Amino acid sequence: MGFFLEVVLGGLMAGVLYSLVALGFVLIFKASGVFNFAQGAMVLFAALAMARLAEWIPPMLGIENLLLANLIAFALAVVIMIALAWVIERLVLRPLVNQEAIALLMATLGVTYFLDGFGQTIWGSDVYEINLGISKDPLIILDKVFEGGILVNRDDILAAAIAIALVALLALFFQKTATGRALRAVADDHQAAQSIGIPLNRIWVIVWSVAGFVALVAGMVWGSKLGVQFSLAILALKALPVVILGGFTSIPGAIIGGLIIGVGEKVSEVYLGPIIGGGLENWFAYALALVFLLIRPQGLFGERIIDRV
Amino acid sequence: MLYRENGQFKTTYRGDQQIFPILQDRWFVFAVLLVAFVGIPLFASEYLFRAILIPFIILSLAAIGLNLLVGYCGQISLGSGAFMAVGAYAAYNFFVRIPGMNLILAFVLGGLCAMLVGVVFGIPSLRIRGLYLAVATLAAQFFSDWIFSRVAWFTNNSSSGSVSVPQLSVFGISVSTPVEKYLFCLTLVSVFALLAKNLVRGHIGRSWMAIRDMDVAAEVIGIRPVHAKLTAFAVSSFYIGVAGAMWAFVHLGSWEPLAFDVNRSLNLLFMIIIGGLGSVMGSFFGAAFIVILPILLNRGPEWLGIPISTAAATHLEFMIFGSLIVFFLIVEPHGLARLWSIGKEKLRLWPFPH
Repeated sequence: MGFFLEVVLGGLMAGVLYSLVALGFVLIFKASGVFNFAQGAMVLFAALAMARLAEWIPPMLGIENLLLANLIAFALAVVIMIALAWVIERLVLRPLVNQEAIALLMATLGVTYFLDGFGQTIWGSDVYEINLGISKDPLIILDKVFEGGILVNRDDILAAAIAIALVALLALFFQKTATGRALRAVADDHQAAQSIGIPLNRIWVIVWSVAGFVALVAGMVWGSKLGVQFSLAILALKALPVVILGGFTSIPGAIIGGLIIGVGEKVSEVYLGPIIGGGLENWFAYALALVFLLIRPQGLFGERIIDRV
Repeated sequence: MLYRENGQFKTTYRGDQQIFPILQDRWFVFAVLLVAFVGIPLFASEYLFRAILIPFIILSLAAIGLNLLVGYCGQISLGSGAFMAVGAYAAYNFFVRIPGMNLILAFVLGGLCAMLVGVVFGIPSLRIRGLYLAVATLAAQFFSDWIFSRVAWFTNNSSSGSVSVPQLSVFGISVSTPVEKYLFCLTLVSVFALLAKNLVRGHIGRSWMAIRDMDVAAEVIGIRPVHAKLTAFAVSSFYIGVAGAMWAFVHLGSWEPLAFDVNRSLNLLFMIIIGGLGSVMGSFFGAAFIVILPILLNRGPEWLGIPISTAAATHLEFMIFGSLIVFFLIVEPHGLARLWSIGKEKLRLWPFPH
């Protein structure tokens, strides 16, 4: 039982990370109707920026404090992601406005490739560390209930805390600020939003910036756990099955979908893996998404897709 | 002046419906085939065959297959690498396990297996469309990556996980030197390209295009969406499967599942975007472009005397591919094929534009 809980907990932690990537994805899909294949590349790009800046800044400014260096790197990385959002809006989204969804998807594929290449050209292509200053020793909890207790990594707990804080922050932003309200209006109905004077182009920049910010947080947490490397972009592709599970337009869906997939793939890997050969993790999420597509295409919380002619 | 169709009257329905109705087009196609079958084998170097011509021809076939699905039927697929892998491994198993197996028959059987898998993964397309389908096909991709590296039966229990094929021969003629391989691939691809061209001109291709342009309207005029979509998946996967088998057998010789990963799928998609969605000709242009560009990027700086590391060249390649995709989608969504047809239109009037 203790082992099972440990597996589930590990899955939940992985799920939190999937949720974070999926969150950025859903934000963009809601506000601009773009199926953003580049979210994974954005995660990689942001994580690379953060890792390298945290490495370069201390010698340049003579900062010894790890936290301060990380904060500066984080702030700079946020600025970079906002700039990136602006560039994408200008060069990709604006010229392609009113095109079919498929054309936009393929454009984000192009953005993915560009970001992968560009990120590795300017930031380097080795494996980098993001050191958030958390010790790697695992904690043992519930050792009174089970024999041996359950091992939990400290960085996993931090990841979960950060994710919860991020979701709370986003909820506040969307519910309480004028910009957030404008974003929700655009998500509900582009034309209506435009007709009451909400500037669509600016909204797109904002929503891509927010997605960039979410990508940065995801990349930071993930990078501190696994190291920043190219495989992050492939891992982040798992956000696609997550959003299918949760529904393309639902933020709670993204979070719950991420957790379900995280737990599902860890549990299936541990318990089914030995029977049918390991490595299930790589495709479990997609297979689950496929099943969902056949049974309930709109996902758990998505809006029903109704086509009118 | 050269490219005029004045005076070429079509007096029969047959004449009106033939594949290249203009005389100059027919001559041009004959000339291209002549150069490809006779001219190139006489003059090209071995490097040219190995690095450019053979990959180009095989990938053209895969691009045609993908174009039938994405360009003609409007169903996006990110899993073409998986169908290539199915084709390759199925052909391998037929070839190794059945003694005296004919190579072409093995390819066709490999293609048929890919077709079956393609239809299975195409079934979701009946309920979902566009973006959702991308994820369904991505599932095919990751599943095939996994199954071909984990299930030893597919690789004939090879210990390293990579498989290789022995000496190839077709009807007693050996296919081992680059020229022979080139001619072998060229023959197959010419036949398949002609078939594809005729398919899309005919009833079935028209029903695909109707589904692509507006599925509800297509249904109203009596096209069965189930039939149209599944045939598109079937034919497309068959082509991609045969191309996969050729890629593995003829180009690679020995391969592992990594040869057909998600990058291969994306690469094929880029080919048809750059070459031209919904155009058989464009598939060739796109394949040529994607095959030649990395080589130029790797070699170009060397010729110009600028030192550039392999890693940097790879990253540069990624950036250029990415920018080109966006560029083409914005500026010329119909790709190089559209430029080609614009060129032909201009040539009709040249040099007297009135």
